[in-house]
Amino acid sequence: MLQSPAVPRVDKVGDSGSEPSGPSGIGTSAFVKSRENGEEPAKFSTAALLAVPSAAAVTLSVHLLVSKNEPVPDRNTYTTFLVTFFVVSIIAAVMQRKWPALRAAMWRLRPLFTAAVLLLCAWEVVTAGLRLLPLPYFPAPAGVMQSMVNDRALLFDSTWHSLVLLLGGYSLGVLAGLISGVCIGWSRPARYWGMPLLKVVGPVPATAWIPLAMVVSPSATTSAAGLIALAVWFPVTMLTASGVSNTRASYLDVARTLGAGQRYLIFRVAIPAALPSIFVGLFMGLGASFLTLVVAESVGVKSGLGWYVSWAQGWAEYGKVYAALVIMAAFFSTIMTLLFKVRDRVLVWQKGMIKW
Amino acid sequence: MVAASLRLREVRKSFPAPDNSLEQRLVLDGISVSLSDGELVSLIGPSGCGKSTLLRLIAGLDFPDSGELLVGALPITAPSAERGLVFQDPNLFPWLTVRRNIEAGLAARGLLQGKQGEVDEFMRLVRLEAFGNAYPHHLSGGMSQRVALARALINHPKVLLLDEPLGALDAFTRMQMQDEVLRLWEARRTTMLLVTHDIDEAIYMSDRIMMMTQRPGRIEQTIPIHLDRPRDRSSQEFLQLRTQILEHLHFAGAAKA
Repeated sequence: MLQSPAVPRVDKVGDSGSEPSGPSGIGTSAFVKSRENGEEPAKFSTAALLAVPSAAAVTLSVHLLVSKNEPVPDRNTYTTFLVTFFVVSIIAAVMQRKWPALRAAMWRLRPLFTAAVLLLCAWEVVTAGLRLLPLPYFPAPAGVMQSMVNDRALLFDSTWHSLVLLLGGYSLGVLAGLISGVCIGWSRPARYWGMPLLKVVGPVPATAWIPLAMVVSPSATTSAAGLIALAVWFPVTMLTASGVSNTRASYLDVARTLGAGQRYLIFRVAIPAALPSIFVGLFMGLGASFLTLVVAESVGVKSGLGWYVSWAQGWAEYGKVYAALVIMAAFFSTIMTLLFKVRDRVLVWQKGMIKW
Repeated sequence: MVAASLRLREVRKSFPAPDNSLEQRLVLDGISVSLSDGELVSLIGPSGCGKSTLLRLIAGLDFPDSGELLVGALPITAPSAERGLVFQDPNLFPWLTVRRNIEAGLAARGLLQGKQGEVDEFMRLVRLEAFGNAYPHHLSGGMSQRVALARALINHPKVLLLDEPLGALDAFTRMQMQDEVLRLWEARRTTMLLVTHDIDEAIYMSDRIMMMTQRPGRIEQTIPIHLDRPRDRSSQEFLQLRTQILEHLHFAGAAKA
């Protein structure tokens, strides 16, 4: 029933027949102890090992069954994708016996992957299979994937334009936000004059300025970058200012008795102390920048993923709309993940102190 | 006579009363103190008598209403690295490792370059060589306080001000740390002014004990301690001093009532 132990580990997990391994006293269930400890297992049971491959197999068979009447070019990509996924999952299931890092990753991702593949299956059943949703608004996954492949050049180009615009606007907004935030947080006059402005102008959504931005700025792209910067500026300023002004007074007192001057107090005490708060602002700003980017691209800028979505919608090519949405999701979440990684790096000193 | 390293003359300080009235409440009333070079003096008194306020004035973090504060011959006008301050809370910078915290005193004055050997020396002095890369929240209370001491001492202050530095530690750690502070004091001969509310600690450590009254704070009496170090906490003389101080504090309290 169980796999033979490939790599011996400290946990006596799932030794069926031997003494109970956890407080629950169940020796037959494969992962009792691991699940309780939240650790990766010493080995998979066959059932756990086959969860992803069998889900892929089910999805693949459903797909072949449902789309057997469709023309081959329209479903080819998706079929290939599912077959590849199936084969890779089988290979991974074999390889994990020799490769602990892969096993750990698989242990974590197995339920997620299984669910994701089954969700694709359900989507196909509901759309192409039972035709419960009206066309052309709700294409099957095969159609979406086909659009993605067919239009890959334009999609790539749109992603690239979105990336450039987003990064440009975001960095500008972060830079401005950090500067104004530190000023408002540190200096009393800057606080007196800056805070009312921040409180009045800040809450207005950046997208509300679109009419003005179009008049003021020479090109749609620069005005979009400005709007994104504005959207980012507000939360970054707010949280930087609050972080800096809430620096524990005793840190500043200690630094003064160590002989610190203004520069050290601001850059080596107040700003590091404010970093957790600053990162909250950076995350909020990033969310706001995504929103502003997509809106700006769908109303003025003639490139980017936002433009692509509304353009494809105009042609009623909903396969392309969803293809762009899928790419957008991957694109934005990657950027978000990168910011998380930066934070983990910068705020490593908080590790174990607070729950992230 | 040994040169006085720290001299306070008739220092008065008041704060606005907390009940929002315009009244000022007198916290320190004519404090005159003189510390010789390398002396370790304790300041004890009931809570709220202005001990911490006095230390903040000496540190230069606050200013007196009147009176004179001098280090050597120079008046105190601002915080300076020559007067180190260690609080009850070690106040280590949580974003810096132990080593970087200890370095902070040098870094703050832009003197860090080429001083790595000195940093090593202070890491050894407080016996934290093995924890250089640890972050403060991994340290115990006693270890954190040792880092705080090293961070203050690396600037070679003329006076080290200690504001109940061991107050938050458990009884055993506190006694160990008393020896630790004495060891640092003997090694570096820094003038130290120790605020404490622990009578045993004051007798065990100091050359002199100054006793403050309830608000407004005045220095009521100064008791020199002539016992040889290391002191025996259970010796006859120790206990006599203890009784004497207790009686005095009790008497001071009764006289007011």
